[in-house]
Amino acid sequence: MEILVNLIGVLLIAFIVWWFWVYKKQSEATIEGSSIDIIVDSGVYEPSVIHAKVGEEITLRFIRKDNNPCSEKVLFSDLDVSADLPFNAPYNMTFTPDKKGEFEFACQMGMYRGKLIVE
Amino acid sequence: MNTKSKSYQSLYVSDISCASCVNTIETALKSLPGVEEVEVNFADRTVNVTGDIAQEVLIKAIASSGYTASLTEGNTQDSDKENQELIHYKELLKKTIVAGVISLIIVAVTMLNLIPDLTSFRGQVYWGIVSVLSLFVLVYAGGRFFTGALKSFKNHNANMDTLVALGTGVAWLYSTLVVIYPSSVSEVARHVYFDTATLIIAFINLGSALEMRARGKTSEAIKRLIGLQPKTARVLRDGQEVDIPIDRVLLNDVIRVRPGEKIPVDGELTEGSSHVDESMLTGEPIPVSKNVGDEVVGGSVNKSGSFLFKATHIGKDTALSQIIEMVRKAQNTKPEIGRLADKVSSIFVPTVMIIAAITMLVWFNFGPDPKLTYILLTTVAVLIIACPCALGLATPISVMVGVGKAAEYGVLIRKGDALQKAGQLTTVVLDKTGTITEGKPVVTALEYSDGSNEEELLKIAASVEINSEHPLAEAVVEASKEKNIALSTIESFEAISGHGVKAIYQQKTVLLGNRKLMQDNNIDLGNLGDRSEELSKLGQTVVFVSLDRKLLGLIGISDPIKTDSKEAIQRLQEIGIKVVMLTGDNRATAQTVANLVGVDDFIAEVLPQDKADQITTLQKKGEKVAMVGDGINDAPALAGADVGFAIGTGTDVAIESADITLMRGSLNGVADAIAISKATLSNIKENLIGAFAYNTLAIPIAAGILYPFTGILLSPIIAGAAMALSSVTVVTNANRLRWFKP
Repeated sequence: MEILVNLIGVLLIAFIVWWFWVYKKQSEATIEGSSIDIIVDSGVYEPSVIHAKVGEEITLRFIRKDNNPCSEKVLFSDLDVSADLPFNAPYNMTFTPDKKGEFEFACQMGMYRGKLIVE
Repeated sequence: MNTKSKSYQSLYVSDISCASCVNTIETALKSLPGVEEVEVNFADRTVNVTGDIAQEVLIKAIASSGYTASLTEGNTQDSDKENQELIHYKELLKKTIVAGVISLIIVAVTMLNLIPDLTSFRGQVYWGIVSVLSLFVLVYAGGRFFTGALKSFKNHNANMDTLVALGTGVAWLYSTLVVIYPSSVSEVARHVYFDTATLIIAFINLGSALEMRARGKTSEAIKRLIGLQPKTARVLRDGQEVDIPIDRVLLNDVIRVRPGEKIPVDGELTEGSSHVDESMLTGEPIPVSKNVGDEVVGGSVNKSGSFLFKATHIGKDTALSQIIEMVRKAQNTKPEIGRLADKVSSIFVPTVMIIAAITMLVWFNFGPDPKLTYILLTTVAVLIIACPCALGLATPISVMVGVGKAAEYGVLIRKGDALQKAGQLTTVVLDKTGTITEGKPVVTALEYSDGSNEEELLKIAASVEINSEHPLAEAVVEASKEKNIALSTIESFEAISGHGVKAIYQQKTVLLGNRKLMQDNNIDLGNLGDRSEELSKLGQTVVFVSLDRKLLGLIGISDPIKTDSKEAIQRLQEIGIKVVMLTGDNRATAQTVANLVGVDDFIAEVLPQDKADQITTLQKKGEKVAMVGDGINDAPALAGADVGFAIGTGTDVAIESADITLMRGSLNGVADAIAISKATLSNIKENLIGAFAYNTLAIPIAAGILYPFTGILLSPIIAGAAMALSSVTVVTNANRLRWFKP
């Protein structure tokens, strides 16, 4: 019994490490045309990984459905782009990524997290 | 990076009420030249247009089909935002009260032993009812934690919701299992924790409500700026004056402003005249005279006459909107100091979950009996007490208040990084012209030789100088205007580089320039030679004027020092900052000005292109250097400095080379900016230290680290209260900055 419980505990820890840090498969999407809708709700950006092409203008259309103040801001710290998202109305963030790379975006507290992959 | 779109525009149409509206608007817009694609969204009442077409044309077209369109972005959303926040706040309070009342009932029932224990079937039924009641609390007041946790989990993400849902969910589930199968646990472990689950939910809702209230106050500076903008404009349409919402004003609309009213958008005065109070932008307390052709700025107040003006900048393009946008953007940036907290908070929640699992195993293997009770209490306490919010909020919330505070003092900070660097400066380099001085040279002395007079001297000098673009020449012309002297035309004009000018005036030769020019032409300076030396020592530039080799007199020109420059320089020195003046002037003039304002050091005869090198030299000596200049001529030096300040730019906020823009012309802005930066930086440090210390101390205590030594174990209910309080404390501490006076 003791061994079983300990084994379950260790497996649980291994699962946490794998699920949140190693596996990391998130809802991904590639921008088709020039814009994409991103739903901001219940602690998550959906989709949270967005693929874009360098030098091409993109519009990220954020639709915030969570009235928690945490979800209010979205910051692309490395790209110097940020916005205050209105509740239940779309916000168009239009810009042209001018360098390749992976750029994280997050809410002010870093709880909502997403990634823009510029290829 | 430019966030403006040329090809994609979005408008908000508030009165889309049916599917047929969609067709009407689509048809109207598609017929417009330049429109490539139209998408009308019935659900969120937006119209998205792709194509090369002006926004006002789209708004007009939508209006002519019977609907009202406005911009979806920007300030129009702010009143909505406030309403939403109020609704959310009330909702949180309601949930707190419901969860709190039910929790108190459960606590009373348990403490007063009003329900039989679980050994009887009746006991099981009663406790079953309590379980359902607490499930109601969990779903009604804590439902968002569970949906949030689930969504995040599916996305391989974890946040505060995950911790709250796990903590309260485990407490409820364990308790319910004990109610259904009481015999599965030993008698001593047969406790239920419904009150724990519901009280935690109550506390966290209360904490969120308090935090929200406190957060609302952090954006007061922005609200005040937005408040400067009037809500309506009186526009001339079809010959009639009509009041319309400000977001429906179009470019080139003619707008009427009456005395006492605020000017709605930026524009150019077309009829009438007035005095306008622009103090909110420039800090200039005296109302500025405005006549036909003058620019007027949205948000400023019309003091006297009624006038008409043509809108030249509307919506996002007005100076006020740009200032608001700049402050808002800066509030969203984080200084370097916050990066560590960001890294920690990104791995925080899974780490806490791992600690909770380890806690569970340690108590299982080494803990006393009843093991299950101890495991449950410690694990739930660890999950609940950990507060990623306090850590995540520590930096940005102080930046929000600090940047807002700076804006109140006319200091526009572009980025959070500038805030941090401005707090660490050791040397401030001031450009002389336009920074320490007004930048507008004026005639301060007129001395004429025997046989001449003041009018003749000024008339001849101004008639020649009107052909020159030199700033000193402007001062001479301006002085002649003030004295209402009519100018004559001259026959020829020739600039003598580094010396002055030569001109033919009424067939006579005029020489106008420095002592060298006079000496080279053998013109006797008489006693005015000595006088010119006295004036030079006072910091004035002397221009001699001769007519047909006879000296008419001299003109002393100086750029007056701003009245508060000396005081501002002293303020900087008092906080231990070395102040250096940089100027293209000769050493004697520079020395005079340096003495007058009391700078620590000065560097004279610096060519504009060499200013940046001087900054680098100081940096190589280990100094943290700020450069203060006009933002245009000094751009390379501003960019090269650790912090670049552009001074006295009034409404022109879009100076890319500057980290900090001072809307007001006073050097006090530099001292204010540094004082606010220092205060903000120490506020951030307090928050970060507090949040790190809280989590690193509270989590081990919750896990029961004190138990072997003291027998103390933290109740999960206390953990819930502590967690709720921790983020409120961070926000409240940041709010202290609101009362800071530089």
